[in-house]
Amino acid sequence: MAKVEQTAKDETGFEPKIVAFLCKWCSSAGSDLAGVSRLQYPSNAVPITIMCSGSMSPMFVLSAFNKGADGVLVSGCHPGDCHYLKGNFYARRKIYLVQKLLQFIGLENDRFRMSWVSAAEGAKFAQVMHDFVTDIKKIGPQTRLKAKRP
Amino acid sequence: MTKRTGVFVCHCGNNIAATVDVVRVAEELGREEGVVYSKDYVYMCSDPGQSTMAKAIKENKLDGVVVSCCSPTLHEKTFRDVTEEGGGLNSFRCEIANIREQCAWVHSDKPKATEKALKITKAAVKRVQHNQSLTPIGVPVTRKVLVIGGGIAGIQASLDLANAGFEVILVEKNPTVGGHMIQLSETFPTLDCSQCILSPKMVEISKHKNIKLLTQAEVKEISGFVGNFKAKIHQKAVYVDPETCKICDDCAKVCPTVVSNEYDVGLTSRRAIFIPFAQAIPATYTLDESACLGLNPVVCGKCAEVCEAGAINYDMRPKVITEEIGAIIVATGFDLYGKENLGEYGMGRYADVLDGLQFERLCSASGPTGGHVLRPSDHKEPKNVVFIQCAGSRDPETHCAYCSKICCMYTAKHATLYKHHVPDGQAYVFYIDIRSGGKGYEEFVQRSMERDEVMYLRGRVSKVYEKSGKMIVLGVDTISGKNVEIEADMVVLALAMQPSQGTADAAKTLKIGRDKDGFLAEAHPKLRPVESVTGGIFLAGAAQAPKDIPETVCQASAAASKVIQLLSKDELMHSPTVAKVRLSHCTGCEMCVQACPYGAIDLGAPSNKARVNDVLCEGCGTCQAVCLRAAIDVKNVAQVQIHDMINACLGV
Repeated sequence: MAKVEQTAKDETGFEPKIVAFLCKWCSSAGSDLAGVSRLQYPSNAVPITIMCSGSMSPMFVLSAFNKGADGVLVSGCHPGDCHYLKGNFYARRKIYLVQKLLQFIGLENDRFRMSWVSAAEGAKFAQVMHDFVTDIKKIGPQTRLKAKRP
Repeated sequence: MTKRTGVFVCHCGNNIAATVDVVRVAEELGREEGVVYSKDYVYMCSDPGQSTMAKAIKENKLDGVVVSCCSPTLHEKTFRDVTEEGGGLNSFRCEIANIREQCAWVHSDKPKATEKALKITKAAVKRVQHNQSLTPIGVPVTRKVLVIGGGIAGIQASLDLANAGFEVILVEKNPTVGGHMIQLSETFPTLDCSQCILSPKMVEISKHKNIKLLTQAEVKEISGFVGNFKAKIHQKAVYVDPETCKICDDCAKVCPTVVSNEYDVGLTSRRAIFIPFAQAIPATYTLDESACLGLNPVVCGKCAEVCEAGAINYDMRPKVITEEIGAIIVATGFDLYGKENLGEYGMGRYADVLDGLQFERLCSASGPTGGHVLRPSDHKEPKNVVFIQCAGSRDPETHCAYCSKICCMYTAKHATLYKHHVPDGQAYVFYIDIRSGGKGYEEFVQRSMERDEVMYLRGRVSKVYEKSGKMIVLGVDTISGKNVEIEADMVVLALAMQPSQGTADAAKTLKIGRDKDGFLAEAHPKLRPVESVTGGIFLAGAAQAPKDIPETVCQASAAASKVIQLLSKDELMHSPTVAKVRLSHCTGCEMCVQACPYGAIDLGAPSNKARVNDVLCEGCGTCQAVCLRAAIDVKNVAQVQIHDMINACLGV
């Protein structure tokens, strides 16, 4: 697994900043399982646990990019398995629209991603993290939506 | 916004401290805006750790607490209790920053992991600074329990609950309770007759005034929350009135349709109208709709003609039963691993290759051969029988990675029983290891080797094929290092246990998690083994993991006692982290009303703005994500808090 981290390294030394919104019941629990199983993945993504992927406001995504995030991940329960019955269906629709909006603004597709990780999928969580970081490293830093600060 | 936050960073021995510079985290957090106290400690959850925390909260008059430690699923409650009871601060002023599972355990680069831990902790500080003091909402409980699955786990749990005075609704998919245990002939290691020990419990179920038994029924829908669930149960039409059926067998004698008998695992047949076995509970015949010629007196109607009691009624219709319950126990059990997956062992192709349950039926006095071990193909007594352990288990490449746990013991039992039935026969067992942990288990296996001269061969079988009426078993004995070829009369496979289809269905209906193998996931592998992550839903038996009868009974009783503990209170505390409307911003557009999965929001008089029912609200926040004017927020997970957390995560 240490090898995985090494291959993700970029010659330029660019370390992307990523915010990962994890739903409390599936994806956050899945990340806990990755921890308990000691599965190694790059440390770029900082997790924010939200109650449900359905509570993910598009504003959070825009705000994260505005504050300089190079990538944003939203991860929830598998469709049909939402702890709150149908929250992730709302999330799926909303996120599709946010993706369209971001495309329209001219942001690279890969910067905003949704994944379904259940509480049993520690290995999948580690893989999602690893893939996302690798992809963002390929694209480079995000400047399109980043606010200019003095 | 609060002004006096305290941060407590835990080393967790070396669990966190090895990869995160906890001292630096504590120091840097001490310099954060609004943080007046910051300290690291080796074990925050220990008694001295908790006292330090309580003392610091009081002495520094803290109004917000962040504990940077393990996952909130582990110690959120611990530290919130310390905050409230020790520190005198409302427990909802305490938040957890998970720097163990989400940081220290998954990274190895210390500077990078420390950076991440800093961000996680700072985000938690930002969150807690907006937290409000909240009081849990009291909700009355329904003192009635739904038990799903009528095997030994469901039976034991139902009886325990019913004897404690709770009303129980026991739902079973099949026409009788008893599950797989009632199919067994004898049980290890004492060789008690399975039916003799289970039948009395089944009868007790049917007679108990507190138990309502619904067979041929399935739970189709669950709504509500801990203490106040609502279940929708579909019950098939049975076409025979159990009250009037005299169990005389006249109907089955005239029934022209013959189908495979599930109770004997396909070794015998039954009619379309049947009773699964003589001791079935409920004690009644039942009509299998899928096999019957047509439920229409014009087509057949022979059974109704001969039924003197007039118990058969073709006009019965399926029922939908709605029940209100306070807690649920899921005891949906296991199935054997599909034989189609083990083509190399010839299962399904050769009549004399059996699975464990079929062999149980052959040994059973109530079985197809009246308790004589005979080959299904020619009804001759088998003189050489090969038992293959780990058929599908412990094989991560092609089958199940896990150990099915009970096969070592039941194979030893099968070999012993076989020798009791056929004293001049020879039993061979292919095994990988013998796992016989349990009271009297190892002695039992030793006895099968010494007294019953069962030949144990350490190795796997590569192939089973038929040659002139014999089953040829090709295997290896890794102790002598030689290939082994046995001409057997019968082969018995100890197939892996896998979660039943009912388990998969129940998990879907109840929205409870399953592990990577499909077994129901417990809330904590060690400390909460009978609870699901969802409050009020408990687990029992082989649906949670492969286990034997004593363990299943233990877990069922444990689940029952957890339910009793839950429902003994007059009211349950509902989380106060519910949605709240800012009336000044609400326009009454109804977006949230439509989005709420629980129907917890409506428009209220006089201003016709959104109004939240605190008891129904589960705090998922779906409403806040649809509100165009940011007029609705979940308490303590408000949008302003998430925005602040995003800033902290990105270091701005």
